[in-house]
Amino acid sequence: MTTKVDIVAVGSEGGHWEQLMLLSEALAGMNVLFVTTKRALLDQAKITNGRVVCDCNRDRPLDTAKCLWQCARLIFSVRPKMIVTTGAAPGLLCLAMGRLIGAKTVWVESFANAERLSLSGKIARHFASTRLTQWQHLARSGGPLYEGELL
Amino acid sequence: MIVVTVGTQLPFDRLIRMMDELAPALGDEVFAQTGAGQYVPRNIRASAAMAPAEFEAMFRQASVIVAHAGIGTVLKAYKYRKPIVLVPRKAEFGEHRNDHQLATVSKLGERRGIYIAENKDELVRLLDGPLMPPVAEEAASAGRRRLLSFLHRQAREAVRGADH
Repeated sequence: MTTKVDIVAVGSEGGHWEQLMLLSEALAGMNVLFVTTKRALLDQAKITNGRVVCDCNRDRPLDTAKCLWQCARLIFSVRPKMIVTTGAAPGLLCLAMGRLIGAKTVWVESFANAERLSLSGKIARHFASTRLTQWQHLARSGGPLYEGELL
Repeated sequence: MIVVTVGTQLPFDRLIRMMDELAPALGDEVFAQTGAGQYVPRNIRASAAMAPAEFEAMFRQASVIVAHAGIGTVLKAYKYRKPIVLVPRKAEFGEHRNDHQLATVSKLGERRGIYIAENKDELVRLLDGPLMPPVAEEAASAGRRRLLSFLHRQAREAVRGADH
């Protein structure tokens, strides 16, 4: 029997995933499904409740279509109450799907974007119920909010 | 041992080449994780991609890390308290879509244990001298606690809200 997943947490390979792993401390004890772009990352973090989706970006339309399909199937079947992502494109696609099912959607912009938001972070404005930046000087009254940083 | 990493997603042959050329004069073993690059180093041990666990083990053995300005790598440097020299990728050399790594290093370079090199001369100078390990600062850990508790509240509200 599988437990009902309440939260889907998405982070692509690299810094996005590393930041998601740090944030996951805030979700301890909750029913979380982790989504990333590389199987080995789930194994290494000893995550049993995880899924892998195709990595993609705006220069790779075919991968993006495949990823969108995977994210849509995942989000529509799991129907989480909240989706949180540190990016990049696959996380954005999951947020967009989350919006369609009425889930709370949280975008955490990568710490790497110290001078301006990433393109995904800008687009996330349309899909995120809460959008965070890790740099105080990038916070705006209409969002993104600044609520601390990981490093 | 000096461990060089450029991440797994984009090539960064300029950095691998610089380290390969510098290696014979460094007097320390150099290992490089070369990622998606084409350049084949001659003077240093290298591997294109490694299993995450294998790479962590390498990281633990390092005395110094030389890396692209990737946040995952910086987080690891903090975790294992390894001095880290960041070489930002530049869009003009096709090393990234944009120059966000320059912006990141300009902010990170003020911190203890994080060093910035934009070229070979700066790399040599840093690798010749004593380097301090990074230490998570009080202010930074307060920022992390704040972010974690914000996210925790969001998650609890989402989970509970839907139950009632």
